[in-house]
Amino acid sequence: MSQPESAVADSRAGDRAAGPSPTGKESLAALAERHGLRRAIARPSLPVYLRQLWDRRHFVFTYATSRNVSKYSDSALGQLWQVLTPLLNAGVYYLMFGLILGQKKDITNYTAFLITGVFVYSYTQRSITGGAKSISGNLSLIRALHFPRAALPLAYTIQEFQQLAISMGVLFVIVLVTGEPLTWMWLLIPFALLLQTIFNVGMSLLLARVGAFVRDMNQLLPFILRTWLYTSGVFYSIPAKMKDNPEWARFLLEFNPPSVFIDLMRHLLLRTYPEDLAKHQFSHSSLGQLWLYAGFWAAVALIGGFWYFWRAEERYGRG
Amino acid sequence: MAVAELTKEPSQMAHPQDEAALPAVAAAAPAEPAPGTPTVVVDDLHIVYRVYGAASASEKGNAANALLRILRRQGRPQMKEVHAVKGVSFVARHGDAIGIIGRNGSGKSTLLRAIAGLLPPHKGSVYTNGQPSLLGVNAALMKELTGERNVVLGCYAMGMTPSEVKEKYDEIVEFSGIGEFVQFPMSTYSSGMGARLRFAIASAKSHNVLLIDEALATGDRDFKRKSQERIQQMRGEAGTVFLVAHNLDVIEETCNRVIWLHKGKIKMDGDPATVLAAYNS
Repeated sequence: MSQPESAVADSRAGDRAAGPSPTGKESLAALAERHGLRRAIARPSLPVYLRQLWDRRHFVFTYATSRNVSKYSDSALGQLWQVLTPLLNAGVYYLMFGLILGQKKDITNYTAFLITGVFVYSYTQRSITGGAKSISGNLSLIRALHFPRAALPLAYTIQEFQQLAISMGVLFVIVLVTGEPLTWMWLLIPFALLLQTIFNVGMSLLLARVGAFVRDMNQLLPFILRTWLYTSGVFYSIPAKMKDNPEWARFLLEFNPPSVFIDLMRHLLLRTYPEDLAKHQFSHSSLGQLWLYAGFWAAVALIGGFWYFWRAEERYGRG
Repeated sequence: MAVAELTKEPSQMAHPQDEAALPAVAAAAPAEPAPGTPTVVVDDLHIVYRVYGAASASEKGNAANALLRILRRQGRPQMKEVHAVKGVSFVARHGDAIGIIGRNGSGKSTLLRAIAGLLPPHKGSVYTNGQPSLLGVNAALMKELTGERNVVLGCYAMGMTPSEVKEKYDEIVEFSGIGEFVQFPMSTYSSGMGARLRFAIASAKSHNVLLIDEALATGDRDFKRKSQERIQQMRGEAGTVFLVAHNLDVIEETCNRVIWLHKGKIKMDGDPATVLAAYNS
């Protein structure tokens, strides 16, 4: 590295296959090949990619936690907002739909019914919103460090999951306070959340790629998500609403992924909800069917989203 | 071990080509990287990246105009494509420390990012031995978080394992010299302290091919000296080092070869004394 050595090194310059000649381009590729060099940017195969992602799991979790910690760091109440935000959300929706609009008639425990819907839906909604920004909002990170890019949408979903874990605590308290009993069904709640999380990861990956290349997506997404909110039976019971409509229309609404996860959670969490459905003899998907739909959506979203995201892996840095 | 490599630039500093040396190097090549083995081959590289929100003042930014543009099928004016690197070729070898100089906007940082495999080539390719790494974790850190958390976050972002993080943690904090400030959010740091911590984190990992962007040796004089030493040490560990800097003294001290970029093309490539003399004149 010091000057005297340069003579030796200069003599080695003869190593290159050709001097500055018209064939220089080909000889460079050949030179690279001869020395076993690989392209700096190449999409790894899917199994390799998954392993790289697994190797970065600590980064994913630390990044998610860090974002959650920094989120409320400049407010006086700090981390307390993680509990206050879902509580206030629940309060606002109860005021709007429970008291002012009065949707209560078919549902015995409307408060718990509504808040379950709001919390479950907002988990998916926030994962999707976060995912859509996870690439486009982190270009400087992508242009600075090496890691499988799927780590970012994944971290955003995990961040939302951590948030949800707190919301669920709030939800359990509300549900118990409103007079629902603690049942064995509650033991199945983690599985429902797992399926929803898998679904959210898939959607977040899907939207991450869309949001990375179609910038207008971030403007459009709130409207799409709000429409989805209104069609997902957050504020009303789909079986009750669709009692006079054909069977296929009811099925279509119930098969809609957020509806599936919301209804699944209501069946597990609230004893009064299935009782209400039975009492009014609304036709509705059974709990077994809901599990099936949930599994279906989780699998489709994860496989589709992951594959779609991975296909553009090497291009995310370009912006 | 200055090596002037072939580029297709006619302005090459010609170096004597000793054909006799060819067999020896070729024989040594496939085994372990000996000095002189190519580690990075850049082949006619073009980089184009997109910039958003770059509407010029002459283009009126109101909604009616935006609609008209869409109807006329004109491109979005807010999105500009920047052709930052235009056909760069060179070969870097094991043991090289290559300085990249050039004016602002000449494509230096973009070239580094392309070598690191972070920006996809528009045309041409970059071949590397292992994974070149850019020195710098700024983008992964969060200023609202304490120094402690940022050290851990930065280490994970660079791909360390928990045991490595544990092992390096004290060393990083000690090297940064920020003392008990490590428990405060980074937003409360002075710019010098922030830079020191960032450098301490970034330099905690050793790399095979190391890419260093400028403005590293920041902070007071003491820290400048410390960080220079650290860079030297990392250079020793790394096979090949690329250094982008505006401070030509640093380049002259550290590098055995200099590439001068001008408007995305190589203007000159050769030993530091010659290139720097030409650059300064």
